Amino acid sequence: MFSMDLLLGAVLLGVLLGCFYAAVSVGLSVSFGLLDVPHVAHPAFLVMASYGVYQLNESYDIDPLLAGLAITPLFFLFGLLAYRVYHETFEKRGSDAAVRGIAFFFGIAFIIEVLIILQFGVDQRSVSATYIGKAWRFGEMRIPIRQLVAFAVALALTVLLAVYLSKTFMGRAIRAVAQDEEALRLMGANPVRIKQFAFGIATAVLGIAGALLIIVAPVEPTLDRAYIGRTFCVVVMAGLGSISGTLIAAIILGVAESIVLTLFGASWAPAISFAMLLGVLAVRPQGLLGR
Amino acid sequence: MKRRTFLGGAMAVAVFGQGSSAFAQQPPIKIGMSMPQTGGLAGGGKASLLGIEIWRDDVNAKGGLLGRKVELVVYDDKSSASETPAIYAKLVDVDKVDLLFAPYATVPTAPIMPFVKQRGLLLMGNFSFQVNSKVGHDMWFNNAPWGPADSWAASFLDLAQKAGGKNMALLTADQEFAQNLAVTARDVAKKRNIPIVFDQVYPPNTVEFSSIIRALKAAKPDIVYVASYPPDSAGILRAVNEIGIGDSVKIFGGGMVGLQFAAVMSNLGSLLNGVVNYNTWLPEKSMYFDGTKEFFDKYTKRAIEAKVDPLGYYLAPFGYAMGQMIEAAVNSTKSLDQKGIAKYLRENEHKTIVGPIAFSADGERKETATLQAQFRGVKDKDIEQFRSSGKQVILFPDKLKTGELITPFEAARN
Repeated sequence: MFSMDLLLGAVLLGVLLGCFYAAVSVGLSVSFGLLDVPHVAHPAFLVMASYGVYQLNESYDIDPLLAGLAITPLFFLFGLLAYRVYHETFEKRGSDAAVRGIAFFFGIAFIIEVLIILQFGVDQRSVSATYIGKAWRFGEMRIPIRQLVAFAVALALTVLLAVYLSKTFMGRAIRAVAQDEEALRLMGANPVRIKQFAFGIATAVLGIAGALLIIVAPVEPTLDRAYIGRTFCVVVMAGLGSISGTLIAAIILGVAESIVLTLFGASWAPAISFAMLLGVLAVRPQGLLGR
Repeated sequence: MKRRTFLGGAMAVAVFGQGSSAFAQQPPIKIGMSMPQTGGLAGGGKASLLGIEIWRDDVNAKGGLLGRKVELVVYDDKSSASETPAIYAKLVDVDKVDLLFAPYATVPTAPIMPFVKQRGLLLMGNFSFQVNSKVGHDMWFNNAPWGPADSWAASFLDLAQKAGGKNMALLTADQEFAQNLAVTARDVAKKRNIPIVFDQVYPPNTVEFSSIIRALKAAKPDIVYVASYPPDSAGILRAVNEIGIGDSVKIFGGGMVGLQFAAVMSNLGSLLNGVVNYNTWLPEKSMYFDGTKEFFDKYTKRAIEAKVDPLGYYLAPFGYAMGQMIEAAVNSTKSLDQKGIAKYLRENEHKTIVGPIAFSADGERKETATLQAQFRGVKDKDIEQFRSSGKQVILFPDKLKTGELITPFEAARN
């Protein structure tokens, strides 16, 4: 059933899907990649953001992307709070913080799931916008406009974050704390505050990413579980903490998944993603663009 | 513990004190069951239980069974197969219930089948699929309209072939129920020499269906049989709407789970148009029997209070019908002897609010009454529209039919 047309279509849809994966993973690239926080609740935060967007869209008919932007400051504050609790109760208390931290964030993820169920019920929720449900014709091919929107926003988000981390003072401070926390302390800076701020940024990004998640497909309370594997896969394959690597790894994953779905069969898709991760790690243990 | 006993005693006094004099002389008839009230099956479980409760209230208003009040003993099985064996053992040995109803759905029911067979107990099944096929218990009676295992795929392919379909694409979720449907669909297609031009099983976490739908479209099938689960049904229909499915497709749907529930239907809105899918009860004129309308009047009122599926078409009337069958059997045999009730259920046809029910030897329906219906003229975000007839036109079975298939699929989408 192979045809050049199908392959080209698969690659194109894969790039779009990949950029979407980058948007939902880039926050984790900061929190896990740069700050070494075992943030397994990242996808749960993401789904929570989607429900926030849903609520604003449903009650006030606000465009999902604007709604995502509107909840971003709240998520920044939520991120500050979450990191402070994690730091006080786990990180401060010794070397096995990461292991116990996983349990902490798993607990948070379950609590979020339950709170969403209590508030919104178990049913799927979706948003309405003019660009959802329509397609852009390109010769014989049709591309869903929602995916083009997700692609553009995801690309902008990732580039902005990369520029912020490399060009601004605070961005460089975040990279510095990732490289050598002790050195930063000796310079008289407070690494905990910088990390807290960085965690806030990583969480704030989820406001927009959550909007993209519910634009691309309907959400339900336990959807976070489907994204734990994918987001960690992207971040590890990228090389921990590399934002541009996250974009590249996500696009590779998206294209591979799309080609496999189109040409070889859907049941192979998850296996291929993780096989690629293992392949990359075997050749480059530090990831594609790792330190 | 003391306090509990005291409270229990006080409640019992209150209950008996309240009871009418007709019930005062004898202990109640207890019907035991577990029901998913939390977890993935909770939406269906709650609607099903409400149907059974409405029957209980109706039968008690008529004076109960054998002059005794009917009481339900219900536990939440959390939609889990691991909970039900212990619950049913407790119902029988501790609560000493007189009769057993099965929980909603296949997964929680399957593990209690060996137990009821070993103890020789009657079990009224509640919408499970083929749980008795390997156990072979002769005191099992399923309230679902499924009928013979292959009838599901056969009815869809009948419609497809009449519409001129000559080859088939199969898109199924990697999950037990969907795979059961896929197996029978492949068998029926083979028997009828319908070549399968596309056969894909997608994993449960699939996010984006555009690529799959593009590949399916490239195979140019006439018939598209989809066996999907609720989270994916929406993704598939959305991708079909955007990517298109091609003019070759005569009929699309078949086994999409989720499109029977009010929340999902309202969520999908106009994306549903043209899809032909299975169902169990619909508000079409051929579906009204003695008591059906009265049942839905009561259900609609109580569903709002109970916060369950506001339409309740899929499960609730069958919960009520399960009670009606027990009522008829107990009244006719004038006893609670389970062997006698089983014999009566097996040998007679039963009048219910979902139509006449007769069982074959395996405890499933003799003839399938599973509907295949086509969505038509559905608008976005409006639950109430589904209460009127014509939104889901019944194409199968013939005796319940209310319209003809609109084909090809693209023509039916407008």
